[in-house]
Amino acid sequence: MTAFEAAGLTRSYQLEGVTVDALRGVDLTIGDGEFAAILGPSGSGKSTLMHLLGCLDRPTSGVLKVGGVDVSTLDDTRLAELRNQMIGFVFQSFHLLARTSALDNVALPLVYRGVAKTERRARARRALEAVGLAHRLDHRPSQMSGGEQQRVAIARALVGDPQVVLADEPTGNLDTRNGEEVMGLLERLNTDQGVAIVLVTHEPEVANRARRQIHVRDGLIERDVA
Amino acid sequence: MRTAEAFRMALEALRVNRLRSALTMLGVIIGVSAVVILVAIGTGAKDAIEDEISGLGSNIILVVPGQLNFQAAPTQSRLDLGDVNYVRRVVGDPSRVTVSVQSGENIRVGRNEAFVTVVGTDENIRNVFERPLKRGRYLTETDIDTRRRVAVLGSEVSEQLFGDLDPVGRQAMIAGVRFRVVGVYEKVGATFGVARDRETHIPVTTAQRLLGVERVNGIAIGASGPDVIDSLGQRVVDALTARYPDEKFSAVTQTQLLGTIGTVLGMLTGVLAAIAGISLLVGGVGVSNIMLVSVRERTKEIGLRKALGARQRDVLGQFLIEAVLLTTIGGTIGIALGVGGSLLIETLSPVPASITLWSILLAFGVSAVVGVFFGVAPARRAGRLDPVVALRAE
Ligand SMILES: Nc1ncnc2c1ncn2[C@@H]1O[C@H](COP(=O)(O)OP(=O)(O)O)[C@@H](O)[C@H]1O
Ligand SMILES: [Mg+2]
Repeated sequence: MTAFEAAGLTRSYQLEGVTVDALRGVDLTIGDGEFAAILGPSGSGKSTLMHLLGCLDRPTSGVLKVGGVDVSTLDDTRLAELRNQMIGFVFQSFHLLARTSALDNVALPLVYRGVAKTERRARARRALEAVGLAHRLDHRPSQMSGGEQQRVAIARALVGDPQVVLADEPTGNLDTRNGEEVMGLLERLNTDQGVAIVLVTHEPEVANRARRQIHVRDGLIERDVA
Repeated sequence: MRTAEAFRMALEALRVNRLRSALTMLGVIIGVSAVVILVAIGTGAKDAIEDEISGLGSNIILVVPGQLNFQAAPTQSRLDLGDVNYVRRVVGDPSRVTVSVQSGENIRVGRNEAFVTVVGTDENIRNVFERPLKRGRYLTETDIDTRRRVAVLGSEVSEQLFGDLDPVGRQAMIAGVRFRVVGVYEKVGATFGVARDRETHIPVTTAQRLLGVERVNGIAIGASGPDVIDSLGQRVVDALTARYPDEKFSAVTQTQLLGTIGTVLGMLTGVLAAIAGISLLVGGVGVSNIMLVSVRERTKEIGLRKALGARQRDVLGQFLIEAVLLTTIGGTIGIALGVGGSLLIETLSPVPASITLWSILLAFGVSAVVGVFFGVAPARRAGRLDPVVALRAE
């Protein structure tokens, strides 16, 4: 099975009458359990590609299959359900709910899956234990370091047992030591649980820890090294 | 997502923004409490006046000369005691008919003096009007027939002239003529500005001689039941018109008064409630405004929720429930303040206030509807936010 299958993927934006082609025809296949890094300079279209893969956005043209399903056949509701079931997100700026405890932040994806509160909290607790934050359950984001916040975000990405975790510059806001720790967690997630990881970064050291490097430039895949 | 979950989430959002939520609710709180208080005052006034009218007695018909016209001065009466006897025969039961001749006169006891309404009437007044006796006796048929100079005092007159003394058996000078007090009425209060406790009742025959008149001012009839009031009034008016073809006579019934006043005050209450309702609407606009600000402010949160699997309807529901909670919590506080305010007004001022269940239910229902109505637009905007745009917003 393949996690993602993209053919001729384009995405253009209309900006004050000017068309910006962020992606100009991307062919890409990412298999189950892969660990791939998407590299490229700023503005090359990495985030745009990740948003398409994560079903947060729809391509302007081309075909994208996620878990074998052509996303153009799904309406917005089904797309939301697909995200909820299959994909975990990790963002550069963490994106945690500010006034909500770590536990409830992690449990949030399960709310939209209709999981009952007690089970939700039990699963969120296990996910937080898995990222080494068993002692931070009731802490709010503002009471935690950046590294801890990103680990909460990783716990939130894995609480729903996704097939893929998409991470957009997950170490971008962290120092080397915390970045190292986050990378370690993602690697373990990949090797221990077989979750496919797609990591966006512009740091070669980070990219080199993936087993595959996909280089993007000007909206096209320039090189794909396994 | 379950509904209970959506409520919990919305409550949490309101709790987090406590001050803003409170300020947003303020408009609704003021609107709802205004509705409750104004309706309470309107209803209270209506109840009080209806009580006053019913307190006169039951099934009363007043027969007066002339056409009933509130703008014109009353016509000169041409009715005399012979006409009263004629009306007694028309009614059939003489004890249900009483009469009045009125004049403002001085009354003096020793050094104490008072200006009172002297009412010449007869022994039947107690059968028509609610006029309980505190001491002594009522006027009797013999008092009327023999033109006795006896008087029954209103409670205030008695107090003013005799203080704590029992006036029964004592003398009083009315318009310079010596009278003997035979009774004192219970306090009954004012009706339509007529201070009934400041009246002094003497036999109608004595009054006519004292005032030098042959006329009577009006005839009052106590009908045997509410269903015969209108027909009896008409029968008496017809009989009098038959006797005096050139004159006009009118019958005023208690039901007519109650009906007219009830309608007027009901309309007044409605208008007050509508004015208060407008302020509730303004409160709703405030809710809409703040919800739009809130949606804009929480763009990133909305994007994140969508990324994690929130459907359009989940986000829409969350914001709609927030709006409805704002207005219904505001509405509940407004109802509490309105009820409290009404009770306070009732105890601290002479304005009567009567809280009605319908106004409370209506206020609550309207707040909920206002929440849905004014919450829909911001909630739809939130539901339709593009997750990518929302996530990129920094
Ligand atoms: N919503 C948008 N509207 C217009 N242009 C956009 C939008 N999002 C991205 N772009 C443009 O698309 C290009 C690729 O952006 P992005 O995918 O964010 O690059 P990267 O993540 O590699 O830095 C950039 O030129 C960017 O300005
Ligand atoms: Mg980017």
